[in-house]
Amino acid sequence: MLHIFCPYCGEHREEAEFRPKGQAHIARPLSPEQCSDEEWAEYLFFRDNPRGIHHELWVHATGCRKFFNVTRHTVSYEILETYKMGEKPKVTAESLAKGGRS
Amino acid sequence: MSKVAVFNQCPGSEVMAESPLAHQSSVKGGRALIVTEHAFLGHLILRGQADNESLKSAVLSVVGVELPLQPLTFVLNETTGASVQWLSPDEWLLILPAGQEYEVEQNLRQQISGHFSIVNVGGGQTLLRLKGDKVFDLLSKSCVYDVHERNFPVGKAVATTFAKATAIIRRPNEQEWELVIRRSFADYCYRWITDAGREFDLTFTV
Ligand SMILES: [Zn+2]
Repeated sequence: MLHIFCPYCGEHREEAEFRPKGQAHIARPLSPEQCSDEEWAEYLFFRDNPRGIHHELWVHATGCRKFFNVTRHTVSYEILETYKMGEKPKVTAESLAKGGRS
Repeated sequence: MSKVAVFNQCPGSEVMAESPLAHQSSVKGGRALIVTEHAFLGHLILRGQADNESLKSAVLSVVGVELPLQPLTFVLNETTGASVQWLSPDEWLLILPAGQEYEVEQNLRQQISGHFSIVNVGGGQTLLRLKGDKVFDLLSKSCVYDVHERNFPVGKAVATTFAKATAIIRRPNEQEWELVIRRSFADYCYRWITDAGREFDLTFTV
C-alpha cells in the first residue's frame, strides 16, 4: 500500500483514494492535422518504460479529484516527490545521476 | 450575472418526497451511537477561481460565511445552519437548510461575475449526522482515514472513502460528525452502519 501526498489536499492519503493515469508530461501536438502518422502514433500510443525514475500522472479520485504528477522509482516503488499540474519535477534521472537522493 | 436558465427543483409540499433511505426502517438502540439522516437539505456545488473577488463577496453576502480557501476545511453559519466546504482549489460544497437552494443559487448567480458554475446536487447525496461516545470507534473501523482528534479537529472536512464508498466526513463540533454520502450508496452505507454499529447498541433514525 502506497502512502501518497496529494499536493492539493496537502496531506498523505492511502493509495486506494488514487488512480494512476500513466506517463506524465506528454504534450499534445499543437496542430494534429500537420502531424505525420508516425508523430501522431508516437503521441497516442508510445510510452516510456524506464527502469528507475518515472514521472507519472495520478488522480486523487475519491478526494479532491485533481490530477497531479508523481515521480516514482519503478524498481523500489518509492515515491520521491509529488507536484502540481504545470510544475516541473525536482527529482529526475539526471539529477540523481549527479548525486542527488537515490 | 449569469444567463443560465435555473429552475426550482424542489417540487413543494404537495408532492411526496422520499429520502434515499425511505425504504429502510429506523433502528432503536442506546445513546452511545446515534445516527440520524438529514434528508432534503440543499446541496450545491460551486466552482470558480479562488481569486475571483465577486465569488468571495457573493458567498459572504448570500450564505453569510467566508469562502474557505484552506484545504480540508468547512465553515458553518451558526445562525442558519448553512455551511460551505472546500472540496478542491476551485470547488466548494454548500449545504443549505431545506428549500433554500433555489433562492441561494439565484442570488449567487446574480452576484458572481466571470467564469463559474453552480450545480444543484441535492438529488444525488444525503447527509447523516452521528453523535455519541462510540462515533470514533465506528468511523475508525469503517474507513482508512485517520479520524483521531490530533488529525481531525473540529472544522475539518475530508473527501475520502467510508466502507470503500466515496464519502465526505466532516466534524462540525466536538460532539457531532457528519457523513455526506451518495444517494446510490445510501442503502449500502445504511447496511454497513447498522452492522458495524450493532456492538455499540446503535440508534439509527431515518
Ligand atoms: Zn487531493
